Amino acid sequence: MTAADVLLLGLGAVAVGSGLLVVTTKHLVRAGLYLVVCLGAVAGLYLVLTAELVAWVQVLIYVGAVVVLLLFAVMLTRAPIGASDDLDRPGWPALLVGGGAGLGLAALLIDAFRWTKVDLPEAGTAERLGTEIFRSWVLPFEVLSVLLLAALVGAIIVSRPDIGTAGKGADR
Amino acid sequence: MPLWLELTIRVGGVVVAFLTLPLIVGQAEHKVMAHMQGRLGPMYAGAFHGWAQLIADGVKFVQKEDVTPRAADRPVFQLAPLVALVPYLLVLLVIPLGPDDLVGQALDIGLFFALAVVGVGVVAVLMSGWASANKYSLLGGLRAAAQLLGYELPLVLAAASVAMAAGTLSLSGIVETWEPWWLLWQAPALGVFFIAGVAEIRRPPFDLPLARSELGFGDRTQYTGLRDAVFPLAAYVGIVVIAALTTVLFLGGWQGPFGDDYLGWLWTLVKVFAVSFVIIWLRVSYPRLREDQLQRLCWLVLVPVALAQLVLTAAVKIAM
Repeated sequence: MTAADVLLLGLGAVAVGSGLLVVTTKHLVRAGLYLVVCLGAVAGLYLVLTAELVAWVQVLIYVGAVVVLLLFAVMLTRAPIGASDDLDRPGWPALLVGGGAGLGLAALLIDAFRWTKVDLPEAGTAERLGTEIFRSWVLPFEVLSVLLLAALVGAIIVSRPDIGTAGKGADR
Repeated sequence: MPLWLELTIRVGGVVVAFLTLPLIVGQAEHKVMAHMQGRLGPMYAGAFHGWAQLIADGVKFVQKEDVTPRAADRPVFQLAPLVALVPYLLVLLVIPLGPDDLVGQALDIGLFFALAVVGVGVVAVLMSGWASANKYSLLGGLRAAAQLLGYELPLVLAAASVAMAAGTLSLSGIVETWEPWWLLWQAPALGVFFIAGVAEIRRPPFDLPLARSELGFGDRTQYTGLRDAVFPLAAYVGIVVIAALTTVLFLGGWQGPFGDDYLGWLWTLVKVFAVSFVIIWLRVSYPRLREDQLQRLCWLVLVPVALAQLVLTAAVKIAM
């Protein structure tokens, strides 16, 4: 085993372990904090696989913005310190879907690759990623931006119910 | 030079910078503020103009009792100061002091690394604010999160402008391609970056999350002893980091009037301290912004200016 293998295994264990804690802990805010650890470990995995840009994007977007927004929302609404015993949402549908997807993907990947060795591609530098995205993958990239735009517009509409009603009132 | 020796020297250098620069800036803050307000500031510790005041403060903090409130979420409460401090230490690793690899660890995407790691600091504020089990702390933490989330956007956009101009994300590479006329071309980005940076480290006039007169001390209210000392230390390192990033991105880093090759480190330090001085100056000059003014400044001034700067940068870049 090389150092990279050990790192991959260690970080993978951290990611899976903290991921489990996210869904099993009864402490609402701590679940969000475990999510920070989990996403950080995934960023570490990217780093070991030499995809440095993706790793730091992961930290910037997910740890720095998404999780912070999540924690912010939780704290703004209801965030007791200590365990919340009234979290009675049944866990089995999520277990079924999540476990099924995880096991299915694992079986698929193990079956597809078995013991084949895959050489690491060139390092995922910003330059290489830029050329790939803006040459081969321009169309998906642009489609994604349309999706984001739609989400933005949707967010504005949802957060401002007065927009729709005022317009309707004036039309009729 | 063997690899381990080089690594030790580099990391050692960063640690020394981490231990000295914030203290110098902190001491400068004491003295500069005092003189701007017609006082003398600390005069006794260390005999000469109170130069050892912060060391004496540190000794005092170590002696104090480390209290964790009973209602607090213990591990989160105790971990928060560390999470606040470590990101800034990591950023110092990638900031180039001079040409020829005079940097803790050269990274091809150093700029991205710095911004990503600075962003992690928000988590620490939320942790300390929530885990203290104190309504003032929670209010401070929420205010901080709202502020940092907003101001991260203009910060990143302004940095993106200079990265576009230089055509690289490497901090050393940006300094190498920097030319004096960029001061004019990138001036709006410089302003946006500096203001957003000051807001990012929650220095006055953007210290609404701490707001001593209304919130006690925001998310730091419940901390005592050494843990309490870590937060101001992190704040001083934050000043150094924002000043250093401003220097490297917009003020030409080690480029000076003469002798860049062997005096580069000096030019960098001079610029870093000059920018730090301005940050201290702001604290003495401006009253604290109100929450609505804060968000208005961010979304209606800084973000549009940063976007316009991006367009300008792209236009000039294509025209050249």
